[in-house]
Amino acid sequence: MRDLWEAFTGFLRTFGALQLFLLRLIVESPRVLMRPRLVTQQIFNAGALSLVLIMVCGFFVGAVIGLQGHSNLARFGSEDILGLFSALSLMKELGPVITALLFAGRAGTALASEIGLMRTTDQLSAMEMMAIDPVIRVATPRFLGGAISMPLLTAIFTSVGILGSWVVGVPLLGVDAGAFWSQMQAGVGTADVWEGILKSIVFGLAASLIAVWEGYNAIPTAEGVGRATTRTVVITAVVILVFDFMITAMAISLG
Amino acid sequence: MQQTKTVEIGTGAFVALGFAALFFLATQTTSIQRFEEGSYDVTARFDNIGGLKERSPVAMAGVRIGRVESIVFDKDRYEAIVTLRIDSRYDTLPEDSDASILTAGLLGSQYVGLQPGGSDVFLGDGDRLEFTQSAIVLENLIGKFLVNSGED
Repeated sequence: MRDLWEAFTGFLRTFGALQLFLLRLIVESPRVLMRPRLVTQQIFNAGALSLVLIMVCGFFVGAVIGLQGHSNLARFGSEDILGLFSALSLMKELGPVITALLFAGRAGTALASEIGLMRTTDQLSAMEMMAIDPVIRVATPRFLGGAISMPLLTAIFTSVGILGSWVVGVPLLGVDAGAFWSQMQAGVGTADVWEGILKSIVFGLAASLIAVWEGYNAIPTAEGVGRATTRTVVITAVVILVFDFMITAMAISLG
Repeated sequence: MQQTKTVEIGTGAFVALGFAALFFLATQTTSIQRFEEGSYDVTARFDNIGGLKERSPVAMAGVRIGRVESIVFDKDRYEAIVTLRIDSRYDTLPEDSDASILTAGLLGSQYVGLQPGGSDVFLGDGDRLEFTQSAIVLENLIGKFLVNSGED
């Protein structure tokens, strides 16, 4: 009973500390943005270096949606709406969610282990000795870089995915090219695009925050850094899928 | 120095590609402005619109020429008033054209199909289509079929 209570208060304490850390990152953001070079470097690390992965995965996810969509829509004789089907599923669900999961695996782990290793090798303490705040110099630029990169990566994933489903649907399976695009343009509304963008922004903030937090609070041992990296992927995946459900539920009840 | 340059080029290319993708999604996959630039509205009254929705297509000879702008219920005459927004490229539709609610495929979505009339006067903004044919409701059709087959 006592252990349970301690586990509960421990969880609340971690959760509260996480909120304070997020607040700190937001407060420091304008100052860090005054030195854009720090952020640019992190956008390069989190975004540009994930680009090839995102594009390859996006293409194949789109292609498999084209294949599955075509064979299932063909049962109802409505292959023509393949474009609409692919665009909506990529834009609203698969794009933001898969990009966020890949982002956690590619950029999140890199952030967590990098910051964790700085902690282990006392680089963060050394900065504090030199009166440089590691939250400003290390954590905030990485958080901002990740948060800025995610929506852009999502847009690229979705666009390449639509291209992938076009490649499978139109030249390979013989869906009419005009129907593919016109059904898509007739059926996709601005609200659908915004839903995808909103999701990618929220997921980007969540994934970056978790990665930076886990790295910053890693236990300063080799094992501790390894555990921080694992926790980053696991926690990000759970948080993103829960948020995805909540945002979708809100979008449906509002729309 | 070389290092900085690579980072800057990479970041620039990535951000540019990201915004290009956003632009593609916002303009190429939706059709918001498509009929807004030049269009005119005509109304039609139906006894029953079946499953017609706002934004459903309006087609003549199978070609999409506009979309359903709004659907309102007339509480005095118990009819549905459907406003059709038609692309102004197609401004030579005869005023005695008739509108019917059709279904694309057996279970597909419903759309408004226009049949041209013979008049020399063309439809303009705010005009009303006099001749309309309601959606065919499958249950009514089956009901009629059962009644008719019972009489034999």
